[in-house]
Amino acid sequence: MKTTTVSSKHSPGRRNFIKVSATASGGLILGFNWLSACSPSTQGKQAAYDLNAFVEIDADGLVTLIAPNPEIGQGVKTSLPMLVAEELDVDWNKVKIAEAWLDTEKYTRQVAGGSASVRNSWEPFRKAGATARQMLINAAAKQWQVDPASCTTQAGKVLHKESNKSLSYGDLVQQAATLPVPDNVSLKDPSNFKIIGRRMPNYDNKAIVTGQYKYGIDTKREGMLYAAIVHPPAFGQTLKHFDDAAARKKNGVVNVVSFDNTIAVLGKSTWEAMEGAKAIQAEWEDNGKLESTEDYKRNFARTLDNPPQAESKRKDGDVRGGLAKGVKIFEAAYEAPFLPHNTMEPMNFFADVKDDHAELYGPIQTPERGRNDVAKLLNLPPEKVKIGTPRVGGGFGRRLRSDLAVECAQISKLVKAPVKLVWRREDDMTGGYYRPMALYRYKAAVDGRGRLIAWHHQSVGIGGNVSRPDSFPAGAVPNLQVDSYPYESPVTTNAWRGPNHNFIAYSESTFLDDIAHQLGKDPVAFNLELLQQAKTNPVGKVDYEPDRFAGVIRKVAEMANWGHPKPNVYQGFAAHFSFSTYVAEIAEIMKENDKWKVTKMYCAVDCGVVVNKSGAETEIAGGAIDGIGHAIYGELTLTKGKPDQNNFNRYQMIRMPQVPDVEVEFIPSNEKPTGLGEPGLPPAGAALANAIFAATGKRLRAQPFIHSGLIG
Amino acid sequence: MSVFNLKINKKSYQVDVDPQMPLLWVLRDHLGLTGTKYGCGIAQCGACTVHYGDNAIRSCSLPVSAVGDKEITTIEGLSEKGDHPLQLAWQEVDVPQCGYCQAGQLMNAAALLKKYPHPTDHQIDEAMAGNICRCATYTRIKKAIKLAADGQTGPALTVR
Repeated sequence: MKTTTVSSKHSPGRRNFIKVSATASGGLILGFNWLSACSPSTQGKQAAYDLNAFVEIDADGLVTLIAPNPEIGQGVKTSLPMLVAEELDVDWNKVKIAEAWLDTEKYTRQVAGGSASVRNSWEPFRKAGATARQMLINAAAKQWQVDPASCTTQAGKVLHKESNKSLSYGDLVQQAATLPVPDNVSLKDPSNFKIIGRRMPNYDNKAIVTGQYKYGIDTKREGMLYAAIVHPPAFGQTLKHFDDAAARKKNGVVNVVSFDNTIAVLGKSTWEAMEGAKAIQAEWEDNGKLESTEDYKRNFARTLDNPPQAESKRKDGDVRGGLAKGVKIFEAAYEAPFLPHNTMEPMNFFADVKDDHAELYGPIQTPERGRNDVAKLLNLPPEKVKIGTPRVGGGFGRRLRSDLAVECAQISKLVKAPVKLVWRREDDMTGGYYRPMALYRYKAAVDGRGRLIAWHHQSVGIGGNVSRPDSFPAGAVPNLQVDSYPYESPVTTNAWRGPNHNFIAYSESTFLDDIAHQLGKDPVAFNLELLQQAKTNPVGKVDYEPDRFAGVIRKVAEMANWGHPKPNVYQGFAAHFSFSTYVAEIAEIMKENDKWKVTKMYCAVDCGVVVNKSGAETEIAGGAIDGIGHAIYGELTLTKGKPDQNNFNRYQMIRMPQVPDVEVEFIPSNEKPTGLGEPGLPPAGAALANAIFAATGKRLRAQPFIHSGLIG
Repeated sequence: MSVFNLKINKKSYQVDVDPQMPLLWVLRDHLGLTGTKYGCGIAQCGACTVHYGDNAIRSCSLPVSAVGDKEITTIEGLSEKGDHPLQLAWQEVDVPQCGYCQAGQLMNAAALLKKYPHPTDHQIDEAMAGNICRCATYTRIKKAIKLAADGQTGPALTVR
């Protein structure tokens, strides 16, 4: 393969290069790599804005678009190539899409996280398509001896209308690969989009519905052993001793190894390895606090009663003075339980570790982190570790971690064989990295004219800062303070779909609803009033656009005919801004057999340009259902460090009979597209809690709601 | 270890495995039929659903020794060309997000339609209650079942 690197400057302060590679078969591969020049201190965050794209056209005209980012159900294997295809001008139905193994030279952000894939790819991916298209035009113009500007394209062909000539991309690709890469290509006006904005089905649908798609858990290689693991049963325990005699006698068990508080049983099949793991006799010893859910509740309350010295996360005006001036004071506390991620594809990974290199394959949201951590473990240079990620059977933040890749590499190294590690559902549900348990307290005040003049949010939870400093109504309140205190615990926590937003949206929107009702104001009008305040008289940093925020609120009110529900229907409203996307939701509930049931969810969304209408709609609807499901049922409790729930018989998930109809509408927009994987979830629980208040007069301030006896 | 003769997707297979091994793992690890998924191992999530005769069962909880000579159908055998009305409807409605649970959802829905060709909403809710979808594609699953039941499934718009 011949590779030339062409430098170009697309914008000041950015280092760019475009690689053109001619494949042996005469294909044209265009890879883009935008690397931001950034100071080392912000490198970690800056990486979130690094982008890359990849186009391949072969001599037969077959267009293959590479989807470099892990597909975890958020739709990027379809939506990112749509951006390229739009500008490349090809027939979407003839395009092939391929997944990419980790390649840090070609790509810059192979991550599924922060609802950022489309947001970061919007311009570079379209430029990738547009640049490739221009090279094909230039090749045709050269052949016809005409001005490239007189040529156009149409669905995989370059046309010259004056002379009535046309050539397909396949005919042109070999020559195009030898031409200089154009520096400055123009992008389509959104009014000319043919692919972006349409409903495009998920590319893998056919393979999925026929059972042909191979997920990581379906991996099988020559000579591969199957591994199952045993971890400490409680947080705060370590391995003291174990006896593997019974396990080794089990059918199909071939080996047992141990490292880092982990016992791994190797078998000739997944089930035999798992049965072997069940037969391990292990003794554990206490190595930390063995805490129960009640301990956390008590200790969280103590922390907020006597908070430690810590810098506020946000401080506008003087919250103490504002509260003192208030004519009416409002207070509320909200409890968030631990939540496991419960991806439907259980935790798994494949590893084949050799002396001087390793191959890893499996579901991970952060393949680069996986590669680097495995390289560190094996003491190999990163380039000696190959890592691939197939479609992932759910991420929700759990697979931002590299622990499965690392654990499987460790096992493969010890047994000197290719290994597929599969955790039992129980290993995952009891294995930590949960949405942190937290306690939030709010205190707010209004003046004599009913204006919100003070807002104090205090939070404590496991794993550091469990709140968000700049969340609405920040920006609309003159005296506002956000304090967040960490609580040390052996329980491991991690990002969980809409980290912190997933609980702050519920508490804020419920508290605002509470205040509005006590003031005799309509909650929708009260939110709009605050947004008007943030627009005309902003306080401190305001990271949302008040008009766009108000836009989704007005839209959802219109969709649901807010304030005028059908007989026996009660409505609740909530809105939240997260991952640069505005979402407002209204839940409708009705009584069914003595309990309340969610019958309908309305969602209004402003995410800028909608790239894939079908994918966008299902992300929001799924997020809203996931949100009410976890608000009603989700809870993992602990007894002396040991999780009380270990599988779906004890841990309830929302199921078909509890699922409402969902209506989703997007605000028409030409703004840059923003994230959709997470923002649909956060407001849902609040909308439901507020509907329950409307129906019963009872405020639900602790999740899950099932304990209230009102719903579930 | 014992030898078992199994009838799966109209083919005969012979396996020599532990009699207690659940059918799920025989399918996945021994026969390479990985379309049937492991989700919970205790018949609570529905990801491993296959047909046992005409009934939808959880293959994670059926020991291979209990299968006998009953015909097993997995997602790979639901139709010859991937054109079961539900498979077409699933594509038309664009049901899958991560897609992992969908084989189980489809097998359960196919058994439902065999029993009730035109199920009511309530019948769909009851029949599908055993299948979890963490992505929460439930509303599209329901829509696709109704589309298939109404015989409105044409060739999928984008069949790959």
